Amino acid sequence: MTALLEAKGLEIHFGGVVAASDVNLQIHEGKNLAIIGPNGAGKTTFLNICTGYLKPSAGQVFFNGKGITRKSPREITRLGVARAFQIPQLFGEHTALENLLIAAAARERRWAPFTRLGQIPERAEMMHLLEMVNCVHVADRPVEELPEGQRKLIDIAVALALKPKLLFMDEPTSGVASSEKFAVLDIVAKALTESKVTSVFVEHDMGIVERFADEVAVWNRGEVLHRGMPDDILSHADVVRDVIGEEI
Amino acid sequence: MTFMSLVPRLAIPLLLIAVALLPFLAPWSKVMLTLALAKGLAVLGIVVLLHAGQVSFGHALFFAVAAYSAAFLGQAFGGGELVSMVLIGVASAVVVGLLVGLFVVRYRYIFFGMLNLAFSMIVFSVLEKFYHYTGGSDGLQVARPLVLGIEMERPAFESLLFYGGLVIAVIVAWAVHRYFDSPIGHMLKTIKTNETRLEYLGVSARRVLLVGYLVSAALCGLGGVLMAVAQGIVTPEYAWWIRSGELVFIAILGGAGSVSGAFVGALVYEVVRTYASAFAGDVWQMILGFFLLGIILYAPRGLIGVYGSFMGRIGSNTASGKEAKRRAMEAAE
Ligand SMILES: Nc1ncnc2c1ncn2[C@@H]1O[C@H](COP(=O)(O)OP(=O)(O)O)[C@@H](O)[C@H]1O
Ligand SMILES: [Mg+2]
Repeated sequence: MTALLEAKGLEIHFGGVVAASDVNLQIHEGKNLAIIGPNGAGKTTFLNICTGYLKPSAGQVFFNGKGITRKSPREITRLGVARAFQIPQLFGEHTALENLLIAAAARERRWAPFTRLGQIPERAEMMHLLEMVNCVHVADRPVEELPEGQRKLIDIAVALALKPKLLFMDEPTSGVASSEKFAVLDIVAKALTESKVTSVFVEHDMGIVERFADEVAVWNRGEVLHRGMPDDILSHADVVRDVIGEEI
Repeated sequence: MTFMSLVPRLAIPLLLIAVALLPFLAPWSKVMLTLALAKGLAVLGIVVLLHAGQVSFGHALFFAVAAYSAAFLGQAFGGGELVSMVLIGVASAVVVGLLVGLFVVRYRYIFFGMLNLAFSMIVFSVLEKFYHYTGGSDGLQVARPLVLGIEMERPAFESLLFYGGLVIAVIVAWAVHRYFDSPIGHMLKTIKTNETRLEYLGVSARRVLLVGYLVSAALCGLGGVLMAVAQGIVTPEYAWWIRSGELVFIAILGGAGSVSGAFVGALVYEVVRTYASAFAGDVWQMILGFFLLGIILYAPRGLIGVYGSFMGRIGSNTASGKEAKRRAMEAAE
């Protein structure tokens, strides 16, 4: 198995808070890796470092064997890494469909000044993505008017619109109605498998982890404590105490 | 389709026809309207940046750069030629826009606004101090240029400026409208709402803003050249910060972010300014001040917004009231 992304010896702290302490992690191509751990463990920080938003004080990140530690989020995105955020990052004044169309235009580099955003060739593809996350009925609503759950789903769709090789999802199901969680992630997971996208998702719902993760990494206080198969990890005594015990 | 629901769509064509006919009824209005057009073009430049949530307090800089380039060209060739003046003027505004833009697009909000102000003040001083080249505070005369090699009498030239300006304004307004609706135009708007996501789409927010900045510099330049040939003189006052403030003022007055608002605002502003200064002498700025206060407090979407909600209110008596209002707002943009 080759590592699509590899983190080596990452260190970062904010004042006295250690958010990453010797973090080493390989992300294997074609797998879904779940990251679990209590709040403040440094999960989001890890995503921030891997996508270039934060620079670690020590350590390196490699994507496809290439160093990306000092690259900007924009450059890393261009290499094929997309991200859905814990707090959805969308264009509030634009409609759900327009948010996706802008992503598609960015992917295809449609800079010509007289093409209309609403008429780019990727429109049907983007409608399909909206359908996938159950948001077609709000396609023409400004996203700032939509509830958090729908915005999270659209945020995932925006990341998928880039057709990434690697997708980071930060708590994709928090805020999403529990009746919808499984159905939507089922579809997202299917799309990821079909288009051979590797994914890393931070998750608090162990039901979701069991169902969708191929591997699990457990975070605590800026460290990766365990890594392994979901069944093994979730029955591990420490994990039950530190993560599951606290969360559920 | 009811008559009322047609009105919003017809508003802009009707207004255009009214403006185009006005000089026949009142010949003296031609120059005033030409100046309003010139300012409207420059205000459109401000509107472009407002789409990105940025306000420049120094855009008169590009107005002046283009106007002085046209004036230099005219002096160098004993009068010069109008079309080349426009092209050279706009081109110089774009070149200076690139130099300034590469620097200022790294900043946002108050820093962006103030850096633009700083650059415009530098240019203002240069225009004042280098008397031998710029005529200092007296400025430079701009003789009536040839038009494609043809010499024109003053009335004919004024008509040409006005109607030519009107046609150019319509084309430019359409082009800016299309730019706003293009992917890169929508990306410009996302600089205001979520630059982080834009970068996470692999797009350089700075580059997107730079394109908008060049468009806005070109528009201000176009307005500057038109103003220079219409007035027959350029002075450092063209680059003065009060002029920059005036452009922002008109943009807010007309309806921040609205293409047609730029021209409606400029028209109303010129009319109020002309009459208020004729009848109210020293206090006309005060009148304008209260006017702006009223707009900001009671109609933050500007004159175009007032019009939109007015049409909406009339329309709400009909079956498709909401629809009419939405269309009125769309037509207004
Ligand atoms: N940019 C930042 N500045 C200061 N402190 C931060 C920053 N980002 C994260 N932290 C701190 O680092 C710790 C880890 O945060 P985070 O990675 O968001 O945790 P998690 O996503 O696992 O809940 C927290 O204590 C948080 O307050
Ligand atoms: Mg987090």
